[in-house]
Amino acid sequence: MGFWPIFLLALMEGLVSAAVLAITAAGLSLVFGVMRVVNVAHGAFFMLGAVGAWFVTTYVPGPPALVFLAAMILAPLCVAALAGLADIAVLKRLNYSPDATIVATIGLLYILEQGALSFFGPSARPVPAPFSFRIQLPWFGYSGYKLAVVVAAVVLLAVLWLMINRTKAGLVMRATQSDPEIARAFGINTDKVYAGVFAFGAGLAALAGVLVVPIQQAYYLMGEGPLLMSFIVVIIGGLGSLRGTLVAALFIGLSDGVISMFFSPTLTEILATLLVAFVLIFRPQGLFGRGAA
Amino acid sequence: MLELRDIEAGYGAVRVLHGISLSAAAGEVTCIMGRNGAGKSTLMKAIMGLLPLTAGRITLDGVAIEGLAAHQVPRHGIAYVPQGRRLFAELTVAENLGVGLLVRGGDAALRRHVLDLFPRLEERLDQQARTLSGGEQQMLAIGRALCLGPRVLLLDEPAEGLQPSMITLIRDTVLRLKAEGLAVVLVEQRVEAVLEMADQVVFMANGRVAEIAPARGLAPDAPQFRDHVGI
Repeated sequence: MGFWPIFLLALMEGLVSAAVLAITAAGLSLVFGVMRVVNVAHGAFFMLGAVGAWFVTTYVPGPPALVFLAAMILAPLCVAALAGLADIAVLKRLNYSPDATIVATIGLLYILEQGALSFFGPSARPVPAPFSFRIQLPWFGYSGYKLAVVVAAVVLLAVLWLMINRTKAGLVMRATQSDPEIARAFGINTDKVYAGVFAFGAGLAALAGVLVVPIQQAYYLMGEGPLLMSFIVVIIGGLGSLRGTLVAALFIGLSDGVISMFFSPTLTEILATLLVAFVLIFRPQGLFGRGAA
Repeated sequence: MLELRDIEAGYGAVRVLHGISLSAAAGEVTCIMGRNGAGKSTLMKAIMGLLPLTAGRITLDGVAIEGLAAHQVPRHGIAYVPQGRRLFAELTVAENLGVGLLVRGGDAALRRHVLDLFPRLEERLDQQARTLSGGEQQMLAIGRALCLGPRVLLLDEPAEGLQPSMITLIRDTVLRLKAEGLAVVLVEQRVEAVLEMADQVVFMANGRVAEIAPARGLAPDAPQFRDHVGI
């Protein structure tokens, strides 16, 4: 196979990484944007989505596609409910203090990871893809499931954009993000908004975990890589900026695909981390973020 | 009628308001005056439930509203235009009005009323609030509050930093709202404006009500202005 087919393959792999990363990072960005909470437990919610998908596909009988669809619904819902409880039980009591919530979500990350280790075990466990067709290109065949993940991400992110910009719930979220005190003076129950956004952000991470698990296998520490990459994406894109998150996810994902294919995956992380350092020095608000108000 | 009885409030352990009592009747403008740090803006926040009361009682037409969560207060008919306007800067004019209309379920007639009051806003509906001029921002801040369909309107220094033509527009708007039967509580530092609009003036000093006087009985050089406002 010549250079260009390999390059095309690298781009396709990068697109899949970008799709999963965009969904995960969108949740992280949403939580920070609205609540100003740096959610270190986000990676654990990603992992729980994958682990939840393993439980559903292992114990629920039925046609693989339907069972996987059930996993796509049930796992994010359960993770969102767990996150909602964590918000009420922990974050709200800390008054959403930026410093305290970082420590609290680090604790939550360890609790969830160790919980998964206890109940799920230390082994990586595979989840079969809901379908196994391959798309045959002149140079190589490619997984139809991986392309379906890209399509699902595009649809999901389009729905997310519409929800944020065109619905009453989105208006409430953006008003709360802009000025929570004044939002309360206009009848918005910001406590409910915060709990809902934290749950929704966790649900997005879990959904990304479900989508990725037929490609990567479920493992109790699998959330740490996506957590780091999500932070890289939201810092480069601009914390709280959905548009910036999507652009940065595409850039990092495609770079990941190409650099991993031609050099090594570790080099991707080194370069991405360097890029974050440059962004923090020269444009701390990120490429699409606005400066501090 | 909005009635405050012996209310006390502050920030954490620091008590700012000490036993404030006053009332604001429908169709009247109550002006709050006082030096910087007298507690005027704190009083507004306390009425809105944005600061918890440590003592006292607030009623609106006989219904107690103290102790309600802040998001429940506007549902009882109290709207707030904060100092510095504090618009939702990244939202458009239409969206800012939309937030005001949330409590009333998107009342189209109310939105029309606000746009008739401030036709300039209708020309700027798709513009982000942060891109408006100072005067337009103040129109939007008042319009957003009126979208709640309030019985009581709290205005915290609405003319601050505005050019004279806009100050006149704000004054005319307040007088129109008063004629429509709203109880207006206005924090204002300019004596002329107070004498043009107010029915009663509440002078505050050090978090206490120093004096309540009917506006009709006050001359521009009345000693109260010198003693309590430093003018």
